[in-house]
Amino acid sequence: MSHDHSIDPKSMPKDPSKATTEGKHKFMGLWIFLGGETVLFACLFGTYLALRNSNAGGPTTQELYGLGLVFLMTVLLLTSSLTSVYAIYHMKNNDFKKMQLWMGITALLGIGFLACEIYEFAHYIHGYGFTFRSSAFGSSFYALVGFHGGHVAFGLSWIITLMVRNAKRGLDLYNAPKFNTFALYWHFIDVVWVFIFTVVYLMGMVS
Amino acid sequence: MTDEMSTRKINSFQKQKNKQEMQRMVVSFALMIIFTLIAFALVMLEVPSTYVIPIILLLAFVQVGFQFFYFMHLKDKGHEVPSQIIYGGVFITVMVALTFTVITWW
Repeated sequence: MSHDHSIDPKSMPKDPSKATTEGKHKFMGLWIFLGGETVLFACLFGTYLALRNSNAGGPTTQELYGLGLVFLMTVLLLTSSLTSVYAIYHMKNNDFKKMQLWMGITALLGIGFLACEIYEFAHYIHGYGFTFRSSAFGSSFYALVGFHGGHVAFGLSWIITLMVRNAKRGLDLYNAPKFNTFALYWHFIDVVWVFIFTVVYLMGMVS
Repeated sequence: MTDEMSTRKINSFQKQKNKQEMQRMVVSFALMIIFTLIAFALVMLEVPSTYVIPIILLLAFVQVGFQFFYFMHLKDKGHEVPSQIIYGGVFITVMVALTFTVITWW
C-alpha cells in the first residue's frame, strides 16, 4: 500500500467502500462478475425447467419437496441479507465492532441455511434414493440447487476469512471495499434463492 | 481512540441520512417477507396453477427488485453501469428460461 488508508473520523467519506480508486474498481468488477453469474444461473434454470418432469420413474417434484423446510431456508437467507445491510450501515458510520457483529450474524444465518440444505439433500438421497444420477430431473435439480449452495459455502468462507483477517486492523479505506463487495455478493445469492424457491419448489408443488 | 469516540465525531447530518436509509431497508425487508408469505400461502391453499404460477413469478420479480434497487443500491446515483449489466443479465435469463420451456413443452 503506497497510500495511507486510515479513516479520519472528522472527514469520514460518505461511502468508505468507494472512497479510493481501488474501491471503485472492486465495486464495478463485482457487478460485472454478478452479470456473468446471472447468465450462468439462467442456463441452470433453463435446464431445470426443461428437465424437471423427466424423472425416469423416480419421485416427482410433488412427492419430493417439503415446503416447511424451504420456508425456513428462505427466512434464514432473507434475514441474513438484512443483517448484512446492517453491517454496511455500521460501516458507513465507522463502527467497526458493530459491523463485525452483524457480519458474524450474517455468517451464522448462512451456516444455518447450508445445514438445512445438506439435511434436505441427505433426506432425498437416503429417503427417496434420489441422487444426481437418478434421472435428468435429478441432475438438473442438484446442478441448480447445489450450485447455489456452493455459492453460499463460498460466501461463508469469504466473509469468515475477511472477518478474521481484519479483526485487529479495524476499518480502513483498504478493507471497506472488501466487506462491501461481500455484502453485494451475498444479496445476489439471495436473489438467486428467491427464484429457486419460486421456480423449483413452489412451482414444483403446483404443477 | 476508541471506536465509540470516532463514531460520535461523524457528521451528524450524514448519520441521520444513513439512519433514514436503514429504515427504508427494514421496510423493504418486511415487504419481502410478506411477499414470501403470500407466495407460500397461495401454493399451500392449492389455488389453481393457471393463476398461481403467474402470481408467484410476479411476486418473485418484485422481491428481486427490492433486493437489487434497495439492498444493492441500484436506485442510487453512480449505479448506471451496474444497472445496465444486471438488466442485460435479467433479459438473458428470461430469454433462456422461455426458450428452454417453449422448446420442451409446446
